[in-house]
Amino acid sequence: MFRNQYDTDVTTWSPQGRLFQVEYAMEAVKQGSACVGLRSRTHAVLAAVNKAASELSSHQRKVFRVADHAGVALAGLTADGRVLSRFLRSECINHSFVYDAPLPVSRLALRLADKAQVCTQRSWKRPYGVGLLVAGLDETGAHLYYNCPSGNYFEYQAFAIGSRSQAAKTFLERRFEGYNDYTPEQLIKDALSAIKETLQGEKLTSSNCTVSIVGRKDDGTMEPFEMIDAKRIQEIIDSMEAAEEAPAEPSAMQQEEPGTDAAAPAPMDI
Amino acid sequence: MARFDPYENNGGTCVAVAGDGYCVVAADTRLSVGYSILSRDQSKISELADKCVLASSGFQGDIKALQKNLAAKELVYEHNHNKKMSCPAMAQLLSNTLYYKRFFPYYTFNVLGGLDSQGKGCVFTYDAVGSYERTGYSAQGTGAKLIMPVLDNQLKSPSPLLLPAQDAVTPLSESDAVDLVKDVFASATERDIYTGDKLEIVVINSSGIHRECIELRKD
Repeated sequence: MFRNQYDTDVTTWSPQGRLFQVEYAMEAVKQGSACVGLRSRTHAVLAAVNKAASELSSHQRKVFRVADHAGVALAGLTADGRVLSRFLRSECINHSFVYDAPLPVSRLALRLADKAQVCTQRSWKRPYGVGLLVAGLDETGAHLYYNCPSGNYFEYQAFAIGSRSQAAKTFLERRFEGYNDYTPEQLIKDALSAIKETLQGEKLTSSNCTVSIVGRKDDGTMEPFEMIDAKRIQEIIDSMEAAEEAPAEPSAMQQEEPGTDAAAPAPMDI
Repeated sequence: MARFDPYENNGGTCVAVAGDGYCVVAADTRLSVGYSILSRDQSKISELADKCVLASSGFQGDIKALQKNLAAKELVYEHNHNKKMSCPAMAQLLSNTLYYKRFFPYYTFNVLGGLDSQGKGCVFTYDAVGSYERTGYSAQGTGAKLIMPVLDNQLKSPSPLLLPAQDAVTPLSESDAVDLVKDVFASATERDIYTGDKLEIVVINSSGIHRECIELRKD
């Protein structure tokens, strides 16, 4: 009842102690198309649904490389996200210029959160209307953070944001406990499966999703943050579907990654 | 009362030679001040992009600062354009960066080498404030006055009317160019006290960048 009286300014509290403008900004995140992120001890994967404004246009970019060791996926007002990505890139470059070392992912998430908080405490600003999944690799391993417009940030093993993300979260909740030991291929498959959950019926193809990965291989060399190309994504999607259609014949999947069928059964089962 | 001098010449020589499909960039690794040697193993070469290598001689503090600066700018370019900087683009950026400090210059004498967008070798040579020119070969630094005449003799086109400077890439093969560079450095090392110890040679061609290190006289 009182919501409309206290929601004009971000600097006005409601009697219940809420800042409605900030909450409205979080709503904007829920309206954006879905993104998911998941991580193991050594790798982090981000995936996003490609939404196009119309059939005639190209889809919006939702996944950005921030540095060799980190990237973000966003949901909400993608223009705000683009500006924040530029800020994050600049922070990473400045840090490695001064310290000759990559900016740790937790510090990156912190810089972003502090920037978001400023907009919740200035009457002439508005909160950023975008939620970011920040994935990266540093000395302590792979990390995934979720940054909200409120200025809060949390570390996650796996998370999903945007519209219909609850379906993806339910999927991830069932499986996240094993993720620390997953191989990169398993992570990618689960990311695609989670994205598939948000599509609810629509067919998953390499043209309606973007997947990216960053990590450290077993031999210690780094795999820098990069988008996986469409051809490879389609191959993985195809192999996932083949496994679904013929769960009694795991040999269909064996050619790609021997020894992973134990942890990556058909996602729609259960 | 002697005023603080913000500059120091740490010596050293850089050379680059462009060929058809390759570029050789080389520099010695000696760091000196006055008549003393500070290090026998300090690199003057920086790989700025996958087809672009910078060699700088002069004041080491400014060399390191300049090379870091350019590397950061290259990363910003990569983020904005989704591709690494081309050598001619980096050439212009280096010139602008140097001129930006026209009234407190980077005490650096630079040679930029790499492949242009057609895959041909290119060499750009600079003064301390950013004046630059695309050439087929160049030398900068304390040994340059000993090396440049030899390169002119071996590599210069017979008449400026026959080949414009841009196309002055040498018809020599890659291995001949590398041998020539090794020879000129060996000669410069003999007479220039600031050049010696080790020679770092970087070759850029279509298959990427590869490095080689050979010993020079240590006296």
